[in-house]
Amino acid sequence: MTPTQKIPAAVSMEEARRLAREHKDPGALLALVPYAVFLGLRMDLRDLAAPVLHLPFKPSLIGNAALPAIHGGVVASFMESAALMHLLLMLDERRVPKSIDFSIDYLRSAQAEDSFAACAVERLGRRVAQVQIRCWQSDAARPVALGRAHFLLDADAPA
Amino acid sequence: MTPQDFYDMLRRTYATSVPHVGELGIELIRVDGRAVEARLPSKPEFLGDVEHQLIHTGVVTALIDSICGLALIAHIGKPTRIATLDLRVDYLRPSRPGKDLNCRAECYRLTEQIAFLRAEVWQNDPATPVASGMGAFMRTARPGEDGRLSGLI
Repeated sequence: MTPTQKIPAAVSMEEARRLAREHKDPGALLALVPYAVFLGLRMDLRDLAAPVLHLPFKPSLIGNAALPAIHGGVVASFMESAALMHLLLMLDERRVPKSIDFSIDYLRSAQAEDSFAACAVERLGRRVAQVQIRCWQSDAARPVALGRAHFLLDADAPA
Repeated sequence: MTPQDFYDMLRRTYATSVPHVGELGIELIRVDGRAVEARLPSKPEFLGDVEHQLIHTGVVTALIDSICGLALIAHIGKPTRIATLDLRVDYLRPSRPGKDLNCRAECYRLTEQIAFLRAEVWQNDPATPVASGMGAFMRTARPGEDGRLSGLI
């Protein structure tokens, strides 16, 4: 068993969000989610109203060496991470939203190239957010996968 | 090749034929036509919420997707090309770091072209799963045609 360490977040969530929004620097926000860093996730914040999540290709993401194709599980966890980062950026939550469920439809096999995701919060309640996620590669008109997720929000936090 | 030979071959080639599985560190416990069981030892990189010490649900999803695919090929019992059509995962409890994630997946309905899989993930006790998943898969080789063993997407 690998010993786990408590990795302190370098800056608070509020500060990380401010850096992302005001300086378009997503580094501290991504550091709040170690698995997003493990995958190699990046955030394109040129349009703050429509952030694009970017997963640069690396050989370790391959799930089928013969094709080669990116692992379907990687595509799914990229899209889940994308939804989470989207919420962290767009909402003023004081803790990382908790995943309730996630569903993905695979439309095409993901090639050995960079992947992108855009999210839309289709329903934002006091306690639950519903997020739609679209993932594509070289051609944004031909999505690789579509996903949706529910997240539990921190209802006790002041608005 | 007997069914057992095929299961043994799947077990041996799994980690090397699927690079991401090697990176995550998934270890196979059981591979046969009824089910596949695996464990994923915890890593600090798997955290999704540092403050509350929770494993990212994406890790759980990747584990379920991968073990469902392997369970389907083992269930079919011969090299087959497959593709995931969809997958849904319910996160029933938080997953904590420092403990293995254990996964069991089975194919509960197989047709000529489509397969239905379900999986559970637990940490301490199979009776208290942290996640439950269901997926539909397609056999991409035409019926009656043997695919090469390259379908572990």
